[in-house]
Amino acid sequence: MSFNPEGVTRRSFLGMVGAVAGAAAMYSAMSTMGFASPSNWRGRLNLQGAPDNTNILILGAGLAGMTAAFELRNAGYNVKILEYRDKAGGRCWTLRGGDSYTELGGSTQHIDFAEGNYFNPGPWRIPSDHFAVLDYCKRFGVKLEPFIQVNYNAYLHDSEAFNGQPQRFKEVASDFRGHVAELLAKVVDQTGLDQAVSTADAEKLVAALKRYGALNDNLEYVTGSESSKFRGWAHPEGGGVDGKPEPSQVNSLSDLLNSTLWRNLTAGDNLHMQSTIFQPVGGMDMIAKGFEEQVGELITYNAQVTRIRHEGDQVTASWVSTNSGGSEQTETADYCICTIPFSVLSQIDHDFSPRMSKIIDSMPYASAFKAGIEFKRRFWEEDEYIYGGISYTNLPITLISYPPYDMFSDGPGVLLAAYPWGAYSYQFNALSHEDRIAKVMEYGSQIHPQYYDEFKAGASVAWHRVPWSLGCYGLWKDREADYQDATAMDGRTLMAGEHISYLPAWMEGAVLSALDAVERLHTTITEA
Amino acid sequence: MKMLFTSMTVLLLSMPAIAQEVAIDTSNWFDDPSTLTQIDGASIYASVCAGCHMSNGQGAQGAGKYPALTNNPNLMATAYPISLIIHGHKAMPSLGGLLDDEQISTVVNFIRANFGNHYTDNQASAELVKSMR
Repeated sequence: MSFNPEGVTRRSFLGMVGAVAGAAAMYSAMSTMGFASPSNWRGRLNLQGAPDNTNILILGAGLAGMTAAFELRNAGYNVKILEYRDKAGGRCWTLRGGDSYTELGGSTQHIDFAEGNYFNPGPWRIPSDHFAVLDYCKRFGVKLEPFIQVNYNAYLHDSEAFNGQPQRFKEVASDFRGHVAELLAKVVDQTGLDQAVSTADAEKLVAALKRYGALNDNLEYVTGSESSKFRGWAHPEGGGVDGKPEPSQVNSLSDLLNSTLWRNLTAGDNLHMQSTIFQPVGGMDMIAKGFEEQVGELITYNAQVTRIRHEGDQVTASWVSTNSGGSEQTETADYCICTIPFSVLSQIDHDFSPRMSKIIDSMPYASAFKAGIEFKRRFWEEDEYIYGGISYTNLPITLISYPPYDMFSDGPGVLLAAYPWGAYSYQFNALSHEDRIAKVMEYGSQIHPQYYDEFKAGASVAWHRVPWSLGCYGLWKDREADYQDATAMDGRTLMAGEHISYLPAWMEGAVLSALDAVERLHTTITEA
Repeated sequence: MKMLFTSMTVLLLSMPAIAQEVAIDTSNWFDDPSTLTQIDGASIYASVCAGCHMSNGQGAQGAGKYPALTNNPNLMATAYPISLIIHGHKAMPSLGGLLDDEQISTVVNFIRANFGNHYTDNQASAELVKSMR
């Protein structure tokens, strides 16, 4: 409890605000006081008063670059963006039928998904507290729909436990919770917890654990109607003659502990995964397209930056066209916001300070692998009653995510069929696309035997082979030591992107870093 | 569908500069969630290095590049590839946690003696790798 000098507690102050001014003011007050504010988004920018003829050059048309362009253009600056690819969005990217993708090494995939189906190789879900991204979606008319993270009917799978048979999340979650609650209830009931819990609280705790763990009147988690109301029935509740349900058999605590299934029970409890979370309708790059509608005219596509120089009061980027080749061209501006991933920037001829150069050179990008596989029918829905959500496995594919859109439709559907990091992802990177899909099929079919019969088409993205990022997200060697220096104006350039944030790999991190860079740049310019 | 899933091959340019197709058995890949478990140089190379430097060491070029290992004079000094593998540099990630000392020395010796490189002197050893961590 903290008191202000007037002796009013925070709670009583909020009560007063709520009573007098209503919920909106109360929320605003709560945010100011540090509650209810999980992102450091400070609301929409409204920069004004850009000096005439001030030119800003932005390198990279990903979300950070386009956020910066949108805000600076609105403030009255002359803005230009150079982008290596022939489209905007960077890692905010979607592959659909008809797309082709050429990875480093030259292998080209021609995506053969049905109309309306897609695969997000990069970001695929938006937490509800990623206010900056959500606000741009709202402003640009990007339609959002719920992304289903937790599905109690999806699977937890361990190839070494339960005879390799996938277990329903609801069964594992109920059983684990029930057994733990039973153990604790017995300890509290029989021995008490002395100082830890008062006698009065102990009674309440036992009552709470009974309800929490679905224990019977003897405080046991056992096969019966109490547990089956959570983990499901052996014979389901129904109507008519056959309507009476039969309880299902609970798993023993030992069987659960001797599997790895408990590891992913809390995946959906992670701050960034807590329901409700979102995805754009139609693919993650709908966000990129939303930005591109606003600032597309400022972008020069197919422009590979080859040199960055600071001379006098100006910064110049040299670039060559990846389309037509030809001679080097230059773009000169008063200031620059550079969103080029450090994995790439470290290989560009630049004149950043030794300190900044050292940071740039010390940041490789993480390895991650994703495969999207289209199947001829939605067997996970039709055969297994899994509608959206994620199954987790100890196999190298790590997880299978079911599409949270077009549920109950006939025809093909696309699964996110693999999403490993670390050692597993390195090995997927090193395989040809065909061999990656072969491995993904081999592993996935251990969870869904329908895989081989229903296979239609596969897409794979090994992030180390993505030509314009050379990896998934920036890995700090020593973030504590280097982060603040990386945010500093170097010459006339500010860095932005997910790597300049404490939300690495998230679109929100990219956007927040750009908003921060834009505000600081505007202050620098207008106060000069 | 199953027909598609044959064993994998990697093209190796070995000592007498003759291109060979060497089948890499991937049946024992993906054996551990946090480390690579391949033991011989060709397999270690094929399972991790080839992800970026490509199966025959030719490297790749995009907005940034992965340097070719073919005929690469930087491989003359044994310590150079060891240091890069352990610590990383620029786009090259640190692989010191994925590979143990023995694996690093084995794959360094493999790279220095293949892809048109003939650096068979000053072989890497697990002890040398350990001393450079």
